[in-house]
Amino acid sequence: MIEVRNVSKSYHRDSLLVPVLNDISITVPEGEFMALMGPSGSGKTTLLNLIAGIDKPDKGSIKVNGTDISTLNESGLAKWRANNVGFIFQFYNLLPVLTAFENVELPLLLTNLSKKQRREHVEASLKLVGLADRMKHYPKQLSGGQEQRVAIARALVTDPTVLVADEPTGDLDRVSASEVMTLLDRLNKEFKKTIVMVTHDPRAAEKAHQVKHLDKGELT
Amino acid sequence: MFVLKLVLKNALRHKLRTFLTILGIAIAVMSFGFLRTVVTAWSYGVEASAANRMITRASVSFIFPLPYAYKDQIARVPGVKTVSYANWFQGVYKDAADFKNFFPRMAIDPETYFDAYPEFIVTPEDLKAFRAERNACLVGRKIANEHGFKVGDIITVEGDIYPGRWDFVVRGFYTGRDASTDETQMLFHWKYLDERIKELQPSREGNVGWYILIVDDPARMTEVARTIDAMYLNSRAGTKTETEREFQQGFVSMSSAIIDSLEVVSVIIIGIILLVLANTIVMAARERTTEYAVLKTIGFSPLHIIGLIAGESLLIAGIGGALGLALTFPIAGGFASMFPTFFPVFNVEIITIILAALVAGLAGVVAALFPTIRTLRTSIAEGLRAIG
Repeated sequence: MIEVRNVSKSYHRDSLLVPVLNDISITVPEGEFMALMGPSGSGKTTLLNLIAGIDKPDKGSIKVNGTDISTLNESGLAKWRANNVGFIFQFYNLLPVLTAFENVELPLLLTNLSKKQRREHVEASLKLVGLADRMKHYPKQLSGGQEQRVAIARALVTDPTVLVADEPTGDLDRVSASEVMTLLDRLNKEFKKTIVMVTHDPRAAEKAHQVKHLDKGELT
Repeated sequence: MFVLKLVLKNALRHKLRTFLTILGIAIAVMSFGFLRTVVTAWSYGVEASAANRMITRASVSFIFPLPYAYKDQIARVPGVKTVSYANWFQGVYKDAADFKNFFPRMAIDPETYFDAYPEFIVTPEDLKAFRAERNACLVGRKIANEHGFKVGDIITVEGDIYPGRWDFVVRGFYTGRDASTDETQMLFHWKYLDERIKELQPSREGNVGWYILIVDDPARMTEVARTIDAMYLNSRAGTKTETEREFQQGFVSMSSAIIDSLEVVSVIIIGIILLVLANTIVMAARERTTEYAVLKTIGFSPLHIIGLIAGESLLIAGIGGALGLALTFPIAGGFASMFPTFFPVFNVEIITIILAALVAGLAGVVAALFPTIRTLRTSIAEGLRAIG
């Protein structure tokens, strides 16, 4: 379960302090699929980053499965992220010099798994997203939809409890977007992954159980 | 292992840029190595100086002679073990415009000179033949090879400081004991010079250019120098006695402006290496801002990021440096064969190799410093936004 309590966050832009989130409280039950929607600059991605432990709140607390991540230091957060969260980005963010297999293997390099065990995990993840036959392909040899599915396999490979997705269909055509959303839906239903997704796409949001709207840093 | 693999793949991402950077570093390191070799060669005499050898010369200037009569008086000074002497002869051999015909030609005392310079190795047979003939000469192995001199050859020199035509018979060769020993000299009997000059210019007879002293204890050098110079303080030909090292440094200091310029150019080259590499690494790190943010998001530590950036910088600097060093040897060798007598010893020294490798390594570290700090200071959220 994710519990966000009275969280506020501001950013410094030159000498200006720009408030982004203002006293946000939100609960995401375990196994939930939640969509965050809102206009650009409303604070969706900032809230997602806070939930994922990428950023820290100025005020308030964020508990994920009982761990108050707002109190962890940088290295503690890095370890927590590696063990608990899978990330899916709008532009996939695969390393172009690594193959699909190597990209998916990345998070496992921080674990104590043997090479054989890593191979098994990577193959299972790529099979799950339907790309078992593209392991040796480099990102530039894949379509956008395939790249995003490799990114999802990378997010899944450590078997995290939480998946965070920042506009996962934002850079995809309608067919690829639909495939990605079907995959996320399956991960939520079959594998009981808690998913928090930022999106502008109403069709993507339809797959979520719960949709929260943000505007000017506040839930509406 | 992963970091090494990614460093290699990253370095090859822009092959042309990496190749040009490596080439730039290689040329700069080669230039640095070559210039350092020139500087070292310039002061080879200082480095080759013996710890127990001293030189007594005219106090006014090296170009003024000293009376031959001083020899026995100096030999009696407490602490002096051996006294020898020499004269700079010069002269013109064949075509003066051809630089290879310029090599040191000196009149020496055949009985004592090789005791004073044990690093000049002469076989007993050659030395015996040399001593037995008044107009005989010994030739350094390097210059002998260069000109193809053989035993029995006549070397004819047109005198300038000492006028007239001078014929010398090659009676043997000497080789250097150490890599820093000068093998480009031609040595002949001082008495041959003195006897002929007595006929041509009687006023110049009985003079030597300088005395070479071997002392029994290097700790007594100051005392020996003070005693000798005091002996001739009020004479017509005053002396200046100094260690061989000081004497050689006096020569080097005459060219100090050139050496200083070479040193400055060396420093500029280090700056060029740094700029070439820093430019590439800064560009590479900036292009990969998002990738580093993704790695940090996944859980990779700052050490991994440092390894990736510094590793790439050191890899490029290392390959460029190694290539540059490898090129330094043929370039130095080519220069040495083009101008065999300009620098009697022109070797790429170990210290030059170490310095060039250090310069390349240091450039690798310094070039990575700024982009590494910048990347580490960039928050993950900022880094992910850099995608646009």
